[in-house]
Amino acid sequence: MKDIEKNRKDQSSTIQDFTTAEYKYGFTSNFETDAAPRGLNEDIVRLISGKKKEPVWLLEWRLKAYRHWLTMKEPRWPNLTYPAIDYQNIIYYSAPKTKGPAPKSLDEIDPEVRKTFEKLGISLDEQKRMSGIAVDAVLDSVSVATTFKEKLGELGIIFCSFSEAVHNHPELIKKYLGSVVPYSDNFFSALNSAVFSDGSFCFIPSGVRCPMELSTYFRINASDTGQFERTLIVAEERSVVSYLEGCTAPMRDEKQLHAAVVELVALEKAQIKYSTIQNWYPGDKDGKGGIYNFVTKRGKCQGRGSKISWTQVETGSAITWKYPSVILQGDDTIGEFYSVALTNHYQQADTGTKMIHLGKNSRSTIISKGISAGHGQNTYRGLVKIMPGAEGSRNYSQCDSILMGERCGAHTVPYLDVQNTSSQVEHEASTSKIGEDQLFYCRQRGLSTEDAVNLIVNGFCKQVFKELPMEFAVEAQKLLSVSLEGSVG
Amino acid sequence: MAPLLEIKNLHAKIGDQAILQGINLNVHSGEVHAIMGPNGSGKSTLANILAGRDGYEVTEGEVFYQGKNLLPISPEDRAVAGIFLSFQYPVEIPGVSNTYFLKAAYNAIRKRKGQEELDAIDFLRLIKEKAKSVEMDEALLSRSVNEGFSGGQKKRNEILQMAVLEPIFAILDETDSGLDIDALRIVSEGINVLRSPERSMLVITHYQRLLDYVQPDFVHVLSGGRITKSGGKELALELEEKGYSWVGK
Repeated sequence: MKDIEKNRKDQSSTIQDFTTAEYKYGFTSNFETDAAPRGLNEDIVRLISGKKKEPVWLLEWRLKAYRHWLTMKEPRWPNLTYPAIDYQNIIYYSAPKTKGPAPKSLDEIDPEVRKTFEKLGISLDEQKRMSGIAVDAVLDSVSVATTFKEKLGELGIIFCSFSEAVHNHPELIKKYLGSVVPYSDNFFSALNSAVFSDGSFCFIPSGVRCPMELSTYFRINASDTGQFERTLIVAEERSVVSYLEGCTAPMRDEKQLHAAVVELVALEKAQIKYSTIQNWYPGDKDGKGGIYNFVTKRGKCQGRGSKISWTQVETGSAITWKYPSVILQGDDTIGEFYSVALTNHYQQADTGTKMIHLGKNSRSTIISKGISAGHGQNTYRGLVKIMPGAEGSRNYSQCDSILMGERCGAHTVPYLDVQNTSSQVEHEASTSKIGEDQLFYCRQRGLSTEDAVNLIVNGFCKQVFKELPMEFAVEAQKLLSVSLEGSVG
Repeated sequence: MAPLLEIKNLHAKIGDQAILQGINLNVHSGEVHAIMGPNGSGKSTLANILAGRDGYEVTEGEVFYQGKNLLPISPEDRAVAGIFLSFQYPVEIPGVSNTYFLKAAYNAIRKRKGQEELDAIDFLRLIKEKAKSVEMDEALLSRSVNEGFSGGQKKRNEILQMAVLEPIFAILDETDSGLDIDALRIVSEGINVLRSPERSMLVITHYQRLLDYVQPDFVHVLSGGRITKSGGKELALELEEKGYSWVGK
């Protein structure tokens, strides 16, 4: 009988411990930084703009955003609980100190910075890169390197840091900055517009199919620093681009704020595919530390027949607040949103999408997979809005949640607003516990509990993973299994 | 020779309800034993306890497999040791292809035994060959595990898994339930092909008809959590004729 008791204990403890794999990207790097003093006021905004040697119009835009921000309140409607953020206790600008002028070629990058990215598996060396991916590497507040610029340039593709674009392509920035997400859009977009430090800019001229994946890798290193980057992608008529974004941060006991803005513009028949693997530090198993991730992502299918597709795998951050959305402005446009959001330990996510149908026969698809474990709270929040003129439009939404254990939560908040009679909206939702039956079935066939959970969860997410570019799909699967450790019990 | 499986005075309950009330059974290598009995007699409980499923409390008795105390061993370690359960209700795993699942299981077992894992190409060859032996449509191999399968396809899939994993001791829990006569024939042939002097089977069934195809060496009647009668294959026929009330409690 003792054996049986012991067996039971062993089994439940393997399930419970099953365990706390360390966050793999939690290291910090040492290099000298050039940082602004703590806090936020007009002088800080001016200082950031000055560091970037920005034109006056951009400074004015930042100041307008800042003044507008002062009139706004942090949104309280999300299903998120966290102590008030002290915006005066954050450092709004930090950059690795450059010795002398900015590096002219990839060879001149600070070895310490290069090492940091190599540790993350991101080689800044073009020869060593997987062919087929160009990278813009952003460390704390600045872009430190962009690979394959020249090769892309031959096709007329512009892929560079945001700051560089401000100097070299001011007409494009002026035209599109804030055209999809105005600074006044929300509290965090206003904050970002005031203090954004860098990010990526990407422009695909008409008729060009971008021959490689473009990607930005964001890394927060400095402590007490907020990261506020902007990404702007413009795809001209009939162009095609696939863009990837990855993010990590060191393990720190303090919470860190990340508030980004991403704007996508697709002209007639253009296609933009935007994939994110968000793996900011999630905090430890007791909920200490972690990134507060408040992000505004929106794309505009401006031209007829254009398509924007968002795919996100959200496994990191203590708090995630983001709703990658599509404004389906042109007729016959397509918007897609594929999402896997995982919350383990004390992570909270309130994420989803907005599909705003304006054009006739516009179509949107929403596939959301939420996974909650530990004390994690996972909310899907989505809006499908079909305006009177969007005749013959269609939406299909599917929101599935999976729960592991007794202390986590899954919530689904769909808003549907259909203002004509010729459109169709479908919504399906399911919530299930990870089946003891499924687990036992797998174990009876020889798989460990851990492998069984990974297998079942990866199967659950397959509809989303198959939307990711190949090598990212593999990374996403691995990431999911690491993030899930310690989750069954 | 020592039996492969030795069940001694096994008592078990679920919650407060006693299900097994003193099972004794020896299974030697190469033998096929049929366990018959009415609904609720404890047949599936016995199968689940042998495979290591949670939720049952063994209150008395012992089970030895290959001379070792079986009960403290985890389900996956039992699988490594060659125990296979063909489920009465095979489970669906959406998004996981049948081939991928079975390859993961096959290689997990090989790895634990210190054997080399089979690569995707070799495994595909193996599973296709085995699928042919159970007359399973190859299209089902790339579909999600049991998802949208008919009752017959699910059972055939269990036999396919058994054919690939080549267990030493296979428990077939109501493998015949829900099968039409053609499916029953195919599944039975699949089982018969796998009979060998190195492989024992415990065939759990409510009806005698499976035993027309899979002829057991021994038949046991389970009733009220105890084996109330044992005999040769003729016992199954007698039962069919006289009904379970004949063996009583």
